[in-house]
Amino acid sequence: MIQVIYRQLASKIPYLGLVILLTFTTSLTAQEGDPAKGKTLYNTNCAACHQLDRKMTGPALRNVEARLAEEQGLDREWLNKWIRNSAGLIKSGDAYANQIYNEYNQVAMTAFPQLSDQDISDILAYTAEPKAEPAPTPGPDTGGTGGQVEGGISNKLILGALAILFALLAIALVLVRQTLNRFAEEKGVEIAAQDKGLPIWKAFVKNQFLVLVSVIFLMLASAYFVYGYLSQIGVDQGYEPVQPIHYSHRIHAGENGIDCKYCHSSARVSKHSGIPSLNICMNCHKSIYQVAEETQQMGIDEYGVDYNAEIQKLYKAVGWDEDEQQYTGETQPVKWVRIHNLPDFAYFNHSQHVSVAGVQCQTCHGPVEEMEVMYQHAPLTMGWCINCHRETNVKVEDNAYYTKIHEQLSKKYGVDKLTAAQMGGLECGKCHY
Amino acid sequence: MSSNKKYWKSVEELNENSSIVETLQQNEFVNEIPTDEFLGNKESLEASSTTRRDFLKYVGFSTAAASLAACEGPVIKSIPYVVQPESIIPGVANYYATTIANGFDFASVLVKTREGRPIKIENNNLAKTHNGANARVNASVLGLYDSLRVKSAMKDGKDILWSTFDTETNQKLTDLKNAGKEIVLLTQTYASPSTSKLISEFKEAYGNVRHVVYDAVSESATLDAYEAKYNVRGMASYDFSKAMTIVSVGADFLGDWQGGGFDAGYAQGRVPKDGKMSRHIQFESNMSLSGANADKRVPLTPSQQKQVLAKLYSLVVGGSVSTDLPQHIDQAVQKAASELKRAGSNGVLVTGIQDVNAQTVALAINESLGSKAFDPSTPILTRQGNNNAVAKLVADMKAGRVGGIIMSGVNPLYTLPNAADFTEGLEKTELSISFSMKADETSSATQYIAAAPHYLESWGDVELKKGHYSLMQPAIRTLFDTRQFQEALLKWTGNDMSYREYIKETWGTGILSGSSFNKALQDGVYVGSIATEIEDTADAVDASEVSDEPAPATSAGSAARALASSAKSEGMELSLYTKVGMGDGQQANNPWLQEFPDPITRTSWDNYLTISAADAKDLGLVNEYEATGALNGSYVDITVNGVTVKNVPVIIQPGQAKGSVGLSFGYGRTSGLKEEMMTGISAYPLYQNFNTAQSVSITKAAGMHEFACVQLQNTLMGRGDIIKETTLEIFNTYDREDHKYGWNKVPKVSLNHEETPVTSPEVDLWDEFDRSIGHHFNLSIDLNSCTGCGACVIACHAENNVPVVGKEEIRRSRDMHWLRIDRYYSSEDTFAEDDTKKEEFSGLTGDKGSLGGFAELEIAADNPQVAFQPVMCQHCNHAPCETVCPVAATSHGRQGQNHMAYNRCVGTRYCANNCPYKVRRFNWFLYAQNDEFDYYMNDDLGRMVLNPDVTVRSRGVMEKCSMCIQMTQKTILDAKRDGRVIKDGEFKTACSAACSSGAIKFGDINDKESEVAKLKENDRMYHLLESVGTKPNVQYQTKVRNTTEA
Repeated sequence: MIQVIYRQLASKIPYLGLVILLTFTTSLTAQEGDPAKGKTLYNTNCAACHQLDRKMTGPALRNVEARLAEEQGLDREWLNKWIRNSAGLIKSGDAYANQIYNEYNQVAMTAFPQLSDQDISDILAYTAEPKAEPAPTPGPDTGGTGGQVEGGISNKLILGALAILFALLAIALVLVRQTLNRFAEEKGVEIAAQDKGLPIWKAFVKNQFLVLVSVIFLMLASAYFVYGYLSQIGVDQGYEPVQPIHYSHRIHAGENGIDCKYCHSSARVSKHSGIPSLNICMNCHKSIYQVAEETQQMGIDEYGVDYNAEIQKLYKAVGWDEDEQQYTGETQPVKWVRIHNLPDFAYFNHSQHVSVAGVQCQTCHGPVEEMEVMYQHAPLTMGWCINCHRETNVKVEDNAYYTKIHEQLSKKYGVDKLTAAQMGGLECGKCHY
Repeated sequence: MSSNKKYWKSVEELNENSSIVETLQQNEFVNEIPTDEFLGNKESLEASSTTRRDFLKYVGFSTAAASLAACEGPVIKSIPYVVQPESIIPGVANYYATTIANGFDFASVLVKTREGRPIKIENNNLAKTHNGANARVNASVLGLYDSLRVKSAMKDGKDILWSTFDTETNQKLTDLKNAGKEIVLLTQTYASPSTSKLISEFKEAYGNVRHVVYDAVSESATLDAYEAKYNVRGMASYDFSKAMTIVSVGADFLGDWQGGGFDAGYAQGRVPKDGKMSRHIQFESNMSLSGANADKRVPLTPSQQKQVLAKLYSLVVGGSVSTDLPQHIDQAVQKAASELKRAGSNGVLVTGIQDVNAQTVALAINESLGSKAFDPSTPILTRQGNNNAVAKLVADMKAGRVGGIIMSGVNPLYTLPNAADFTEGLEKTELSISFSMKADETSSATQYIAAAPHYLESWGDVELKKGHYSLMQPAIRTLFDTRQFQEALLKWTGNDMSYREYIKETWGTGILSGSSFNKALQDGVYVGSIATEIEDTADAVDASEVSDEPAPATSAGSAARALASSAKSEGMELSLYTKVGMGDGQQANNPWLQEFPDPITRTSWDNYLTISAADAKDLGLVNEYEATGALNGSYVDITVNGVTVKNVPVIIQPGQAKGSVGLSFGYGRTSGLKEEMMTGISAYPLYQNFNTAQSVSITKAAGMHEFACVQLQNTLMGRGDIIKETTLEIFNTYDREDHKYGWNKVPKVSLNHEETPVTSPEVDLWDEFDRSIGHHFNLSIDLNSCTGCGACVIACHAENNVPVVGKEEIRRSRDMHWLRIDRYYSSEDTFAEDDTKKEEFSGLTGDKGSLGGFAELEIAADNPQVAFQPVMCQHCNHAPCETVCPVAATSHGRQGQNHMAYNRCVGTRYCANNCPYKVRRFNWFLYAQNDEFDYYMNDDLGRMVLNPDVTVRSRGVMEKCSMCIQMTQKTILDAKRDGRVIKDGEFKTACSAACSSGAIKFGDINDKESEVAKLKENDRMYHLLESVGTKPNVQYQTKVRNTTEA
């Protein structure tokens, strides 16, 4: 037998290994894509309907490629087809495609023909990343609160120390005085008794004029305060009730910049601004089932509110089954506490102010976009209404209704711009009927 | 000065050592006080840890806590929709077109809904065919929120499930079918193509089924006459706008004659145009709305009416009849006949006599005239009842020949004259079901009450006139567990369709001929070309079997002769009629209608026997005024054919024909309504043979009845400037300011010994404001076209949340109507003669003395002229009320409205005292949520009808017409939002929108092209009490009477 000695084998194996390794690695890199890029792409294209770890409009996508390969024996090719044109795949009669289609209420996935192979790889790489362990409670936060507590204590300490110091001082003074008196007594020094004269209050009582003046003054002052007290009865400025669902205007109108009239749409056409019905909340909250972690933490720290739990309250009220992603039909209407209350005899119409006059919501409702909890900003008194009517110009531009009356009235009053008052906005019957 | 005297209380005290004194010093009462007796159970007291001091502490604390808690504002909850319906925006009203068809009132209407609640009925202006909404239709929305409605199906007075109802009734119906027994459907007039179809399907399914249509107030004679001539069971339609001469013999066609709804056409012809207006001659016994509006009114008894009609026939068409009419009536007939003949095709004759012959004659006269107003080709189908069929049914039931009866929309135990027979018959049926909204007289006596929905919760279709359809659609989901008759028929016939689908199918195949159903539904009305099959109910009657009346004469000529020779009645003759406010009585539980003052007698909360002054004197009947200004009247007992109705109150009615009396239907309900609404006397027992004319005997009964009458000053006292009126001749010939014949002179005052019109600025106390900028609202009321129907009064109630105050308060003149329709009688034969009489007074006493003269002027004539005048706040530019208000609660707006700020009012009532028009109303009590005023505002359901845009007033504030400022403001806001100019006709008030006769017009006089601006320049325009100088924003148009006799 011819013995072949692979003398170089030993030396070649590493090379081969390297080559194989290299090929494999490169190919792996090409296949896996870049999870960072993938994340960006995922958030732009997929996140509206998919979550990594839970079912939404579409299925959860964590390890989707591996899962498909394992469970259905479907390859990347199939995924590419599905992503680029799911409807086509369903039409072609593909079994799994149809199964998914039926499982998700026969809503076909939006086609993404613009995604390149590389893009898809990137996204899949992102979905293949292992689930991040819940981050430990951030240290700095605890430190922060601890610091605050410490600050509080130190302030108190300083104050306490000062108090003790003053007390000591006072005691020292008393002691000094006692000692001096004792000395004086022992030495036989007479302390001349001061001629006390009339005590001041007796002098005051004797002076009838002063008494009269001060009584009048006191009466006027108390009348002033009584009047002030009485006129704030029923004025609920600053009224900030606890609502059944902790709804943060700060997050919605402020951070997310949602237009007021997106939710309070009837303010445009009706006397009521309308409390949004829950189906309006669900327009967004169907897919926003939890807030970002930082927001959640901030809610707990600053306002003591678990935002995610509040979203769950909404789901409960509207009867949304998160797992099945459908409405159960069991609703529990939310009983909001009404904040802005005009008396029945005052007629106020939102559409007049919002649509016709173009008044900003904030003019009357205050910085709603900064309010974590909604409160009544304006006093909503008649004087407050009237002041505004006196000062505010009527928005007559591009409104054919005003053309004639504006021309006539501005001639009459000799002004360019008419205030609501000049337009007749102070007449009793405009608001009271 | 003190005294050292010592008073001994007893002898014992003299003895220093007396033990008694000592004991008494320690203990005031010798015997032990029996505290246990008044402290109750000793054990529980001892067991209680609460001492007296604790108790006082608790009381003190809870009082303090309660008063502190009262300082807190209430927490108000707001609950939004979970899923908001697309069509509903809170705060914005939606309108739906639907139809009322309750068997008495038929009209296409619009329903205004707010947040899903129907709150008001308005006219559907797309409905060109029939009638606007009258007072009852306007008030019908309140019936939806009636707290006494039946809330679910009931059996023997207990609630049952509909499934139980279905099983049981199905079983019984099948049993009856198998036993071959007859099932009777007794229904109101539905005039509904789909219901007719359903009923024929029901007949097919159950074989031995009879359908009897029953109108509480029958038009059977009219229908029979029309059917004999034209082979269709209907009533000829009339368009009075095309008539220049209208002769009515006993037909109150401005009221409910033949279903009503003729007033709009009539009013059109009453406004003088190019020197012409229609002439209206009325022969009648009761003073009706039509008689009050007539140019010439001849009072006569019902039996004389028949002769008049026969005579008219002979004079207009030909032939001879012999009559024995008194001379003055005979002359009037001659003149009427000649006027009719001269008018030719412009003339029209109508009659309300419930006699086939009379109706035949009327048809013949109109045909012979070739009347343009008379249209027999498109009959009105809203009355289908058949007297003979009903009579036969009652007889059969009594004989036990009816196995089961199903009733819908009828209340025979209340409306039948022989109700006792019906009750007896009802007991003999094996199955009795009543579809009803109430546990009324009939449904309380049936085995099952099938709770029926209100028409605003129902589907339906109506063929008002041949080829003129109207659709009914629900404006709210059923408030209670109710089911409509048609749905039940569908179930019984085993049809799975909903009634809505069934209507759609019926319409799709038979009526629409390709047009869109949804469009028809949106419009509410549809005019089709294909006539639908009208269900033939003739088989229900075998005429020869029951008819005890003389068979209808075959030709009109013989009919006229039969009329003329018809039996004269003995004694007094009674005419039964329906009041504008109550109709046939099915809405008797409606407080708006109860409080609605009758246009003629101005009396609310009652019906009464109307009698002429002469007859009243003969019978010793009186009307008296109490010191408080309330009206009382005698009682009488009325007997017809042995049936006596006891204690009927009497009102002496000017214009009532001597020898005749009148009594209205609709009152005296006893079941299914609140105690407050159980008013008046039922006239149905007297409605024998369904004839409105009955011969009666009247005897005086003891006692005096208390009426709630809102107008006691019945005459104008010669004050012609309140209602200005003239004749067509003078109107056409002379200028309004003509020295002698001027018919609309502006009052003058003396300024520096010169006569100056009060309208000129020099004689004005106040400075004039510039009102030329922006809107300036004016309301114009045409006294010529106002028929006094009162739809505006109810519309105002509904729009402005006007409270109902009840009979007692009305008697104290505390009525709250913002809009009243004053009715005046002349004292002489005409108002002009009143004026002359007053002018000619000289001195205090003597023949022409003013002392006696004014007293005479207070008494209305036997056959007076009548005038109606709607009066609401006149919105004076120089308002006397504004200047006297100490807190400036009432003030004037630039737009011409006199504002009333309720929250500012402190209730001094100076304004009401200073108002020359007496239109301000004071809230003497809290009328909402107050058990003392248990009307609709006292229950949650009833308050659903309130208009959320108008404040509900509280006690102690003044209120009055606001000229519907909430409506004008809304119109302005809509225009502002759209950025457009407001067109004429957009501005409306509740009254102007409700006025189908066009008498009330509203608009902006600064818009020179507007109708109301033109009306202001009209020669007929005047202001009420112009001489006072208040410069009102409400204008009146002088009434013109056409007295020209041809």
